Amino acid sequence: MEKIAVIQSCSYCLMHLPDLVRYGSKPRRETALDPNLPEKLQAALRSYEEAVSYPPNQTFIGNISPEKLADIPRPWFRQEFFSSSVDSCTGPFGEILDQEGFLALLKAADILTPQLFQVIPSRLSLLQGRLIQHPLFCNTSLQTTEGEPSALEKQSPPSDSSGLPLKSGNTLYGYFHGDNREEGRDDENLSAHNLLENLCTKASGALALQWLLHRADLEPEKIDFIISCGEEACGDRYQRGGGGMAKAMGDMCGCTNASGMDIKNFCAAPANALITAAALVSSGVYRRVAVVGGGSLAKLGMKFQAFLGQKMPILDDCLASMAFLVTADDRKSPWIRIGQGATGTVPINASTTDEQVFLHYLLHPLQNSGLNCRQIDKYAPELHNPEIMEFSGAGDVAGKNYRKIAATAVMAGHLDKAEMKEWIKKIGMPGFAPTQGHIPSAVPYIGHAMVAMEAGKMERAMFLARASLFLNRCTRLLDGVSFILERNPHLKRQEE
Amino acid sequence: MLEHKKVIVFGERDDISGNTVSTCLQAAGAEIVYESTACFV
Repeated sequence: MEKIAVIQSCSYCLMHLPDLVRYGSKPRRETALDPNLPEKLQAALRSYEEAVSYPPNQTFIGNISPEKLADIPRPWFRQEFFSSSVDSCTGPFGEILDQEGFLALLKAADILTPQLFQVIPSRLSLLQGRLIQHPLFCNTSLQTTEGEPSALEKQSPPSDSSGLPLKSGNTLYGYFHGDNREEGRDDENLSAHNLLENLCTKASGALALQWLLHRADLEPEKIDFIISCGEEACGDRYQRGGGGMAKAMGDMCGCTNASGMDIKNFCAAPANALITAAALVSSGVYRRVAVVGGGSLAKLGMKFQAFLGQKMPILDDCLASMAFLVTADDRKSPWIRIGQGATGTVPINASTTDEQVFLHYLLHPLQNSGLNCRQIDKYAPELHNPEIMEFSGAGDVAGKNYRKIAATAVMAGHLDKAEMKEWIKKIGMPGFAPTQGHIPSAVPYIGHAMVAMEAGKMERAMFLARASLFLNRCTRLLDGVSFILERNPHLKRQEE
Repeated sequence: MLEHKKVIVFGERDDISGNTVSTCLQAAGAEIVYESTACFV
């Protein structure tokens, strides 16, 4: 008999990186056209305290619920919801790390010789100090700077040929290089920008993985398998996107007994990864599987033009990461059902229209589980922060998906059309995740759902992730992946 | 209704996809000369 798999723990982290916004794909491209842009960007960046007190960020790390967020008037960036950022930079699910702290992690993630992140010698002790102060990385030692040019501190102005300057405010910490060894020098996949993206994914994913281990009170050696679900491609010219990120993050966190692999499916990869993890546990292949999603540097500042145009702060200034621990049933954590058609997939012959996509990834798994749309307490679709999306003219992504969910429920005869608006209020929530591709795709709600289920306030939540496969220019297909999380029935028995 | 008309279609993943718009317009007789679906996330 197949074992039931549960999501035993999760973690969510943000890293506020205003001075890395300019290395996001859009700001970087626009800077090439407008040399004055860096100055304009600089003037519109938020402080760490502002990013910490931002209500959607507080929702992401679990200090406030999505329901509470829905009650906070918008625009959220003008709300002084949290007056004390010291108390709110950590939450039940993780933390909001500041820029210097992240640069320390980035340095710790750099294993290449010669080093990618060449830190100015006098700054190295600062970064090492930040790691020592961090309760989850206090035993991590930074690579020494043997062979660094002594003139580095005098190097001014920085030039791209010497690497990408990495700053925090007015403080220069060092330069980030491409692979300058003979085998990497002329490989565009190993340029400073590409490797900075990859190392940001590794460092941010490792932060979430450490938080997961901490929250689950689990020694890193007990993780059997790690699945990375981030979108970034890592690899050189002969294997662009080859992978290896899962084990890179596990290595950084001391998961010495774990194997791992990367799963790719654009935004829907986390849902695919969780289903795969549940299958690996249910079948007995592994006992403890960690699913980790690192952050996406390319998406920092993606909507910056809209913010500058409206004299607003740049709100897409945070990397995000997350991790989940999937194990066999522990009689308290929520079940992730994977058998008998309970997960939603979209076959190729149904991938070209929204109606077909929703039929397959919303209705079919419910029908296969003997449920109707009303028997799900909360739906988690793409949970992009609407404040970031609406100002750029892309609309409320979560809201659009809720209308489609409700329309599908009406077409299935589970809901009257007149009830749609009220039903959406009941089963919906505002988006609260930064625009980080795979990060907002349904799974940011898992932590909140686990809290609600443990408190007996929720029986079932459905997670609906979408993927724009057509972005690979090899297909016209859309994709959808879904699963249902269910309160562990043993909790109810214990309560009785 | 749209016979002999050439149409450029822009769709969006989380709204109405280009493919869906094209299907409707083709049914009305239009010729689709360009179609693109954007993903803004």
